[in-house]
Amino acid sequence: MVQNASKISVSGLNFYYQKKQAIFDLNLKIHANSILSVFGPANSGITTLLRSFNRLCDLTPGAHMEGQILLDGKNIYAPDIIVTELRRKVGMVFDVPTPLPMSIFDNIAYGPRLSGMKSKKLLFQSVEEALKMAALWEDVKDRLSMPAASLSGGQQQRLCIARVLALKPEVILLDRPCSGLDPISTAKIEESLSHLKEKFTIVIAPHNVQQAGRISDRAAFMLMGHLIEEGPARAVFANPQDQRTNDYITGRFG
Amino acid sequence: MLRANFEKELKQLHTEIIEMGNYVQTAIKDSMAAFKAHDLELCQAIIANDKNVDEKEKKIEANCLWLIAREQPIASDLRKITTALKIASDMERIADHAADIAELTMRIEAKNTFADSSHIYQMADEAIAMVKDAVTAYVNYDMLLAKATAKKDDKVDDYFNLIKQELVQVFNNQPQNLDQAIDFLLIAKYLERIADHAVNICDWVRFSQTGKHKNTRIF
Repeated sequence: MVQNASKISVSGLNFYYQKKQAIFDLNLKIHANSILSVFGPANSGITTLLRSFNRLCDLTPGAHMEGQILLDGKNIYAPDIIVTELRRKVGMVFDVPTPLPMSIFDNIAYGPRLSGMKSKKLLFQSVEEALKMAALWEDVKDRLSMPAASLSGGQQQRLCIARVLALKPEVILLDRPCSGLDPISTAKIEESLSHLKEKFTIVIAPHNVQQAGRISDRAAFMLMGHLIEEGPARAVFANPQDQRTNDYITGRFG
Repeated sequence: MLRANFEKELKQLHTEIIEMGNYVQTAIKDSMAAFKAHDLELCQAIIANDKNVDEKEKKIEANCLWLIAREQPIASDLRKITTALKIASDMERIADHAADIAELTMRIEAKNTFADSSHIYQMADEAIAMVKDAVTAYVNYDMLLAKATAKKDDKVDDYFNLIKQELVQVFNNQPQNLDQAIDFLLIAKYLERIADHAVNICDWVRFSQTGKHKNTRIF
């Protein structure tokens, strides 16, 4: 993978829920092996944007879009795209941890099994690898057969990250993955993200502005469906070019 | 470790301040050597190097501001970052004074008439030792050394008064050397200011551990 090549390229994106427009003429390039934070107040279209990257929005009745989203130069809305394959490549972690009602091991092995992996050895390998990358292995290695629901909130969220990683994705979307987590769990997730970007492209809706400043390479500010500005994180947070970005990150609104 | 990246950057900040501290000590030593030998090349080098110190200061300031914005430091972390910010500006002033001495040296064509009188070098040694100890106190956050070093400022002030008295005699007896005598007094004054900045550094080192600056709690 070429450093800093555009992994995802969005052009002229307009997104509608029936008649209500959620995203307006959005253009954005996301570099490979970097972390992009997309931040802004509620109802700015951030979740919609993230969900459009793996076509989760297809599932919403009345949702439709105009424009183009390219993954490695290929239009993800082209008729020959296999959506399940796209969603394996572009994994998503939600704001509320969503462990499946089964053991820790089976949660992670669920995806690989579904895609045909049967060897116990290979399954164990990929579970261990995924849990290590998500910085959860040390916490759970002695109790892999316990129900996932017995984990703490922070651990459950790292489990969800591990479940995505087990599918060997290329892009990881995280929609406010640390909301409702304590500072220690948040720090652990931030720490693992900084390692993961070496292998993956990460797009995150951070749960606050400081988190975005700490973890991201680039930052994009959205407001009411418009992309207001996008640039290197340090520039956006130290010296935003748009007054609205400045007002938002200094807590004047939102 | 949690916040490993933040820890790493705090250590890096610490190292950069120490480097800057070593650098300004050399600058003062060089400026006094250049004055004594009327070494104009060395003077030019000191003045040119002063720009590097300014850049170091700017870099440290930028790093501190970004750390504050990004990490929302509190308690000992915020004290450490504040200390680095304040110390960097004292060090920059020290380097400025070394450059000032070099500029004064270059102002006249020949060696200063008083360049061989010994008290100014004894005074310089005291001031340099204070800067060195202030930096060492910062390296280890050594409160005792910081306190002891700040007290040495009186000795430097005594030297300044002594040199001033000696020059009063010159003003009376050698009016033809008045211009050079004034330059000489200015150099003594720069050394006295350098020692004051060393005291400032010590005060901030103590703040970094206590939150008190000169006995007033400010954090």
